[in-house]
Amino acid sequence: MLEVILISSIKVIVVVVVLLTGCAYATYMERKVLAFMQNRIGPNYAGPYGLLQPIADAVKLIFKEDVVPDNVERLTYTLAPMISFVPAMLTFAVVPFSSNFTLFGYEITGVISDLNIGILFVFAITSLGVYGILLGGWSAGSKYSLLGGLRASAQMISYELSYGLSIVGVIIIANTLSMVELVEQQSSIGSWFIWKQPLGFLLYITCAVAETNRSPFDLPEAESELVGGYHTEYSSMRFAQFFIGEYGNMLAVSAVATTLFFGGWQGPLLPPVIWFLIKVFCFMFFYIWLRATLPRFRYDQLMNFGWKVLFPLALFNTLLTGLWVLWLGDVLFGG
Amino acid sequence: MNLDTIVFLVSAVVAVFSATMMISQRNTVASVLYLILSLLAQAVLYIQLSALFLSAVLIIVYAGAIMVLFLFVVMLLNLRGNQDLGDKPSPVSRITKYLVSILLVVELVFIIRGIGFDTGTVGIMTLAADDFGSVAAVARILFTNYLYPFELTGVLLLVAIVGAVVVSKREKSYETPAGSGNMPDDRKKVEI
Repeated sequence: MLEVILISSIKVIVVVVVLLTGCAYATYMERKVLAFMQNRIGPNYAGPYGLLQPIADAVKLIFKEDVVPDNVERLTYTLAPMISFVPAMLTFAVVPFSSNFTLFGYEITGVISDLNIGILFVFAITSLGVYGILLGGWSAGSKYSLLGGLRASAQMISYELSYGLSIVGVIIIANTLSMVELVEQQSSIGSWFIWKQPLGFLLYITCAVAETNRSPFDLPEAESELVGGYHTEYSSMRFAQFFIGEYGNMLAVSAVATTLFFGGWQGPLLPPVIWFLIKVFCFMFFYIWLRATLPRFRYDQLMNFGWKVLFPLALFNTLLTGLWVLWLGDVLFGG
Repeated sequence: MNLDTIVFLVSAVVAVFSATMMISQRNTVASVLYLILSLLAQAVLYIQLSALFLSAVLIIVYAGAIMVLFLFVVMLLNLRGNQDLGDKPSPVSRITKYLVSILLVVELVFIIRGIGFDTGTVGIMTLAADDFGSVAAVARILFTNYLYPFELTGVLLLVAIVGAVVVSKREKSYETPAGSGNMPDDRKKVEI
């Protein structure tokens, strides 16, 4: 019993440390990649190639004065950054990052917890993340924050439906909700679920970008209209928590996309963990690429797109997959 | 006292406490937050009953979607602090709320008597059948034994959606004067 607890604890610590480092270096990656795409150099003073920039940023944020405006709702103001930060971390509790392996004579599973409702857990947890943004925007007592918070919630409610529906196709085909089993079913490139669910994948990735409030759906923090959006009144580490929450969510969404559509840790030659990281990295690059390429949506465009394009498409995809499995199941998906 | 009991007691106390706080608070946002807390505690109770699927659905649907809408509306109206909602409740609603509460209490008493509170079947909750609460088990029951109520609920929801669309459409044509097609962003959000 003690062994089990110890192994799990170590796994949790390793995952959290890797995740936080990942978040920090995701900011570095974003700045560097954006810089190259815009023909600039990017951060290059701290360390070789500016590699120590995230550490410098963290130190700066920690030592910065924590300014709290007078008219905030204390409790929610304090809680909001934490609420946006924690769900992003929790998602990784069910994401399989490796196959089972043996270390120092112990058989170790490549996932913190193999829930048999893995995907539902992910969606339940990520659906709570919006409270951080909403409460942060509301409790700060600033108009810009409130507008940012309201925008975020309206956007996330609108896209959550399509977001949830987009993976139903995968679930129908795979006939399981467990993330570990999903990965095991995609043992070769040919059996990746993206080939069976191309529309589902496109819907997933579009909704995921909207859910994480990233460009081109980053209206909650549209700096040209809202100063900074929901985190306008936050400073120091509270602001950093929002920031880590955002990047953590990006990583979580990328990891889930990898697991659902791209075979998770499956891959030849290299160790499974490396494959998993490579795939997640590609998604992160894609995120930044999007930001460098696409202009921001207008608010009514965003809503129309979500309700009138994505949602019907997601329903259609679900229906199509259901009928296909029912009538032609053996032909394409082998039962 | 084993770990299960402790988890049960903590989450049960949190659920009841936050439900009580929810109805006793004047601050609307605090009420909503307490309700969310209560729902989360209930989800833990479901997990203890090994009804993982139900707990996930409870969080996704109620805590993750419906309560966000609640909070959204409250914030849109910008009810801060102990601000009064204005209208005094009408005498009808004052009477009916007590009537409904009494009805619920009576119902609850009957249910508790029905399953025998003192025979030890209720108390600290215990695990049910092996695959009880798994997605497959819930789906099987839902689409066989309870197919009729399930479909009926679906129709009810559909009617409600159509109703919502009709109501919002009508409001729009009343409120928008001719020629003012360019509404500010916030106005549009109300219609969602």
